Amino acid sequence: MPNERPDPDELLRRLAEEEKQKKRGKLTVFFGAAPGVGKTYAMLEVARAELAEQRDVLVGVVETHGRFETAALLVGLDVLPRRKISYRGVEVEEFDLDAALERHPALILMDELAHTNAEGSRHPKRWQDVEELLDAGIDVFATMNVQHVESLNDVVAQITGVIVRETVPDSVLERAHEIKLVDLPPDELLLRLKDGKVYVSAQAQHAIENFFRKGNLIALRELALRQTAERVDAQMQAYRRAQGIEQTWAASEQILVAVSPSPYSVPLVRAARRMAAALHAHWFAVYVEPRISRPISKANEARLSQNLRLAERLGAEVVTLTGDRASDEILRFSRERNVTKIIVGKPVVAKLRDRFRASLVDQLVRHSGDIDVYVTAGDPEEEERLPAKAVPVPLELPSFLAAALATLAATLVGWWLFGRHQLPDVVMTYLLGIMLVSSRFGLFPSVFAAFLSVAALDFFFVPPFFTFAVADFSHTVTFAVMFLVAVVISGLTERVKNQAAAARQREQRTAALYELSRELTSAQSSRRVIEVGAAELERALSSKVAVFRPDAEGRVRSVFASPGLDESAERQESISQWVWLHRQEAGRGTTTLPSSRALYVPLLASGGIVGVLGLTPTPSDRFDSIEQRRQVDAFAAQLALAMERALLAEQTERARREVEAEQLKNSLLSSVSHDLRTPLAVITGAASTLLQGNPRVDDATAQDLTKTILEESERLNRLIRNLLDMTRLESGAVKVNKEWLALEEVVGAALGRMEQRLVGREVTVSIPAELPLVPFDMVLIEQVLINLLENAAKYSQGPLEISASLEPSASLEPGAVLVQVDDRGPGIPEGQEARVFEKFHRAAREGSPGGVGLGLSICRAIVAAHGGRIWAQNRPDGGASFRFVLPIQGQPPELGLPPQLEQQLPESSA
Amino acid sequence: MSEPAIVILVIEDEAQMRRFLRASLTHGGYQLIEAETAEQGLVQAAARNPDLVLLDLGLPDQDGLVVTERLRQWAKMPIIVISARGQEQDKIQALDAGADDYLTKPFGVGELLARIRVALRHAAKTSEGDSQFSLGELRVDLGRRQVRLADQEVHLTPIEYRLLTTLIKHAGRVLTHRQLLREVWGPNAGDQTQYLRVYMGQLRHKLEQDPSRPRYLMTEPGVGYRLRTEE
Repeated sequence: MPNERPDPDELLRRLAEEEKQKKRGKLTVFFGAAPGVGKTYAMLEVARAELAEQRDVLVGVVETHGRFETAALLVGLDVLPRRKISYRGVEVEEFDLDAALERHPALILMDELAHTNAEGSRHPKRWQDVEELLDAGIDVFATMNVQHVESLNDVVAQITGVIVRETVPDSVLERAHEIKLVDLPPDELLLRLKDGKVYVSAQAQHAIENFFRKGNLIALRELALRQTAERVDAQMQAYRRAQGIEQTWAASEQILVAVSPSPYSVPLVRAARRMAAALHAHWFAVYVEPRISRPISKANEARLSQNLRLAERLGAEVVTLTGDRASDEILRFSRERNVTKIIVGKPVVAKLRDRFRASLVDQLVRHSGDIDVYVTAGDPEEEERLPAKAVPVPLELPSFLAAALATLAATLVGWWLFGRHQLPDVVMTYLLGIMLVSSRFGLFPSVFAAFLSVAALDFFFVPPFFTFAVADFSHTVTFAVMFLVAVVISGLTERVKNQAAAARQREQRTAALYELSRELTSAQSSRRVIEVGAAELERALSSKVAVFRPDAEGRVRSVFASPGLDESAERQESISQWVWLHRQEAGRGTTTLPSSRALYVPLLASGGIVGVLGLTPTPSDRFDSIEQRRQVDAFAAQLALAMERALLAEQTERARREVEAEQLKNSLLSSVSHDLRTPLAVITGAASTLLQGNPRVDDATAQDLTKTILEESERLNRLIRNLLDMTRLESGAVKVNKEWLALEEVVGAALGRMEQRLVGREVTVSIPAELPLVPFDMVLIEQVLINLLENAAKYSQGPLEISASLEPSASLEPGAVLVQVDDRGPGIPEGQEARVFEKFHRAAREGSPGGVGLGLSICRAIVAAHGGRIWAQNRPDGGASFRFVLPIQGQPPELGLPPQLEQQLPESSA
Repeated sequence: MSEPAIVILVIEDEAQMRRFLRASLTHGGYQLIEAETAEQGLVQAAARNPDLVLLDLGLPDQDGLVVTERLRQWAKMPIIVISARGQEQDKIQALDAGADDYLTKPFGVGELLARIRVALRHAAKTSEGDSQFSLGELRVDLGRRQVRLADQEVHLTPIEYRLLTTLIKHAGRVLTHRQLLREVWGPNAGDQTQYLRVYMGQLRHKLEQDPSRPRYLMTEPGVGYRLRTEE
């Protein structure tokens, strides 16, 4: 039934694509069937035309191969100098990507798109360089031959017998803005080859002879033409879709290919890709991970991830499912995602098992319903690429020895307990032994034990005794049954064991993730989140961990490293910078800078990238397995979310603090303007009265006014002093100059300074003579005491007490001294004990004397700078007590006076 | 007036400050010369040879410290430094460079006149002076090396005695730690202010009724010590 309504998802996708395409540079590929058809020449000709139209054209890489006609076209074009890379002592010239990005031309020429870059370059392949150039908004002209198209790779190999290792993903071609076919009939090409007009490198001489056979060239030409035609067809369809002409809007085809660790999966994936390309279908590469199974071998795991990565490169959406039966999972997924075609491999070797149980293919065919199932055969290609390591079967001698011992024990027990007459009981004893062996040592030893047990039963318990001969045929049946039961038991036990192991592994994975999220929840600051997360990752992934974030200047730097990624800091920073900018992973196991030792993963959260995670695993190939990589991704996602949360919280906190600072500034302004203006008003008033001659004030009034002026000036002086002190303390301009001093000296100095203000007040000082010297800054602590005394003088009447003692609490090692200033005033209002030290806090009491409310905050700042603590409390018998402790750290200097100096001096008279 | 008026040179850049000094000092019977800059001050000092110099440390053209040093190259007249609070280091440097005393802004006129009198008295004392010193209950017989407090003889160690006599010699003036160390312990004493603090503490315990509220041996925080005089 025709669907009139355009698929909204499809529309959205196209919109997003168009948006992206607008900013992206345009790629034009000069496409040919074989080397020598004139791609570079054609590219240069078009480039010259562009240059003539005043476009900024830069030659990134062009290989002239010494051909004069081609070189001539280069004249007048701006050529980018190559970058020299020293690789294993040999200097190689490579395309300079950074220079090109820096230069940022409108159009850049990149010959040989499939070229593999020298090790040490940012990307292993040139097409990746091109992608980056396109992302930067630079138009690119590139050349490539049909045999380098990834999905056609095996077809070309079949036709020509030459395996081409340098491939370009089809997606690159698909995204190309324009493909220009450079065509040359095979005969002409062969003629050119004969004339020496086709570049052939020395080492390729042999291969090239096979390659340039006429049959090959025709086939390749057909491939190239067809590829271009498909592309034109796709454009046509896209156009129709855009114009809404096509009525067959029905959801497009979806193809699914089942991937396994087998090498046969490679051609399968390619076949799926070709079908998907032909149908313009979205396609999935699916691997079903058995829920209960023995862990797959390392070699298989590597092959599996290679297969899946190939699929990903070819544009598939890679999905891993978990389930007991592959067919069920594949079909369930297919229904969910509207898959129309399933491609599976044809089983190569008919397995015995398939006779009892339906194979995957059978099951798929049987249950697929309206979904087409394609069964494809394929050669296991590129076997040599995959290190076919022999899977080490854990056949350890001790476990077989144990199996033998268990059989022996069962024999002895059977002999001793049951003798020859109770054969069934003996059989049971043997079965028990086999079960124990299988539960402890696994399948093979237990099968071995089963075999031994049957032999022992025959030898010891079945007549004729002590021979392996069997008299009664029924015993043979017993043996067979016993062996069968033993093997089944072994199989079942093994399965239970594997289930348990798999469950354990899954549980560990989940537990590690849970642990991480729990730890991260408790961390408050982003710094702490990074520390906690990194420590957890270090443990769970047994890797060295580093986290990178941009600094104030936007340079991405390491903000956490433990103990480092085994790579130079510059390299780490440059890679993480790249990851930060491109939001793509880089480093080991990826397509960007794979020679790096560490893997760099972008920490992507909902609001964007929050950091870059660097991991150096031990062993170094740890992350090559899909399973591990998935765990890395899961951890990275958790960490990213936690970091985003912490960063947002910090941002809010910063904003809040800014508001507070603003409020503080306002309160300072109002307070300062009030407190400065009041004494100024009094002084101005008094002075102007004195100056006014008419009528003249009498002497007593004049005296009074003058006194007022003096008092108000002093008040003003105190205010300004406090403001200046606070400013200097806060700006960090004050250096604490500690000296070992006696407290009585500073108390004396402060009291001397306060003499005028404390007139008429009884001040008691009690400082024990045995009090040790304390390291402090004389001038600053004098200020603390003066402020405390001023405060006491301001808010209380009556006697004052100053006392000092050794702080009795042992919490401060090696000791501390406690100083307190007590008054007999009204005390501090309930709950205000801590607030009195806050800036601009003033006792809200009617008629209380003015002040900016800085004196006590200055005290707090000074005491804190000494490493001490200041607080206030009310005395039980009335009045306030302000106390501070100063730590006694270090040793007072030695006081060894030169003795001769004492003796030299004349004795005072006795 | 039988004798000529005492001449004071004020080197101060603030006009208001000069006005205040002019008013209070002229009223106190002194004759005033004013200079706005360090250069002017040095010229005036050389030309008029004043009896005392009041020097502001925060001059626009030159550091007050440099002025002190240059004056001390040829002149013996007392120099009193005027500075703002928080410049303890500047004060010490000026005193070590040869200034006789300092005053911290803001100050009252009574304090200013007292400092001037002390400085002038010291300048007038050419010989070792009296062999007797008395302050409150404290009596020191410099000839007989005897110290009495409220008619009780006090036993001092040699260093304590020397410290006391050094302070008596400069009674009323502030002495920096360095000056005291050099005079009591000799030129090799260095910066071991610790000695000084310990001996000053001992001296206070022997001479002061309440060592934490001294009446004679005053501490100038961050700068040094001063023996209080009667005024």
